[in-house]
Amino acid sequence: MIQLGGHSALHPAGPQAARIHDFWQFLWIVAAVVFAAVVAALLYAAFRRRGTDLDPPAAHRSAVRAVAAATVGSLVVLFVFLLLNFRAGQALTMPPDGAVHVKVRGHQWWWEVVYPAATPSDQVTTANELHVPAGRPVVVELTSADVIHSFWPPSLVGKRDLIPGDVATIWFQADTPGVYRGQCAEFCGHQHAKMGFLVIAEPPADFEGWLRRQRNSSATPADSVAARGQEVFLATQCALCHTIRPTPAGSRVGPDLTHLAGRRTIAAGSLPNDPASLARWIADPQGVKPGAFMPATPLEQADLDALVAYLGTLE
Amino acid sequence: MTMRRSAGGTRLASLLVLLVLLACAGCEREARRFDDRPPAPASGDAVRLTPLEAGPVTKQVSMEDRSDDNAWDTAQGKRLFSQFNCTGCHGQGGGNSGPALMDDMWIYGAEPENIYATIVQGRPNGMPSFQRLQSQQVWQLVAYVRSLSGLLAKDVAGGRDDHMQRKAQEQSTDPMKPRDAQPRPAGQP
Repeated sequence: MIQLGGHSALHPAGPQAARIHDFWQFLWIVAAVVFAAVVAALLYAAFRRRGTDLDPPAAHRSAVRAVAAATVGSLVVLFVFLLLNFRAGQALTMPPDGAVHVKVRGHQWWWEVVYPAATPSDQVTTANELHVPAGRPVVVELTSADVIHSFWPPSLVGKRDLIPGDVATIWFQADTPGVYRGQCAEFCGHQHAKMGFLVIAEPPADFEGWLRRQRNSSATPADSVAARGQEVFLATQCALCHTIRPTPAGSRVGPDLTHLAGRRTIAAGSLPNDPASLARWIADPQGVKPGAFMPATPLEQADLDALVAYLGTLE
Repeated sequence: MTMRRSAGGTRLASLLVLLVLLACAGCEREARRFDDRPPAPASGDAVRLTPLEAGPVTKQVSMEDRSDDNAWDTAQGKRLFSQFNCTGCHGQGGGNSGPALMDDMWIYGAEPENIYATIVQGRPNGMPSFQRLQSQQVWQLVAYVRSLSGLLAKDVAGGRDDHMQRKAQEQSTDPMKPRDAQPRPAGQP
């Protein structure tokens, strides 16, 4: 597993994660104080001298008072927790205006990411990477293609389940540019652990530029090796499941590869996106992610190299 | 006396539970194979239809990869059936612009190898050739297609559907004895 970007609820990078973190920190401190008080009371009870109470009814009264005080104290603390929890939850559920809209669809075991647009040809489809403008709220519409998944970039926001047949929404905001890792947080089958994604927060101008570039189709292969690679892609089973615009390959079963080379990872965060990993993933996906729905593609070495070279040109 | 008898009863019960667990472990209808089969041989000659043929003898597809005794494979076939848009012409098995698959009429044969050949080679009047599919995936599709007319064992055929569906589950479809049917004349729906 490659480590890329922040992946910790204790290092919040956005307002919601900060709220969750503040609440968590408060709970932690109160729990620590309560724990210390309970241990102190236990030690006092264990070590105090016996037989000093000459008046049993008085001792009974003081014990009742202590238990009553502890009960009322616990109730007050729990009620404060409830109020703070309610306030934090309220702040998390209200998406502000002017948000970027992204659709994320969970698949076994990868994330399809769609940036909707009023003009259908301007719609952008990518996989396993959410590019977002830093400092701007992002509303994510979550659906599932198969089983229940859960969207969880811990540095940015808490979890939200993707339920088949339902549309869930969650919003978050990354305050500063950076790369934040996310993970499926609901067991969804064999490769649940290798269903990661990256949230890449960029300055708004860079984000707009990225979105514009994603709308373009891929360029015609410039050299003969890449051209051969494209032929291999279209003549083998690759084209049955993947899209590369503007080639005839347009299937939506697997991730859209039109701009594959621009992504940092392949196989949903399982491997870095470099030629060696690509070749390994194409030749033996079951060795990398046993049970993944991508079948192996046995190719001659020269064809495999050409295919990898072609995929490398898909900036 | 009572004590001893109940201890014996507990021992018998645990033995029974153990036997049931062992029996489950021996059951292979859910077994999954992670090793991949090679893709179907290129060119549309995956299956020899007749011993009399011109030119070099075509390689025959290995029947060892057949998977009609495995519930997992049947379920995968069902998934692939919609992913590769079989539903576009055959509907959910009831047929539309393509022939129905949930009846007893078979134009190109109901045996697994017949269906394999039909998928890989394509057929006149619109059935495209899926020769680039991996052979394991074709066999999974074959298993699912056969389950639609009850030709698979009930414990292997699908028991539920992810979508609302009016037809009976494959599991509760009674086996239909395959009958030969004539292909529809070209240009007729």
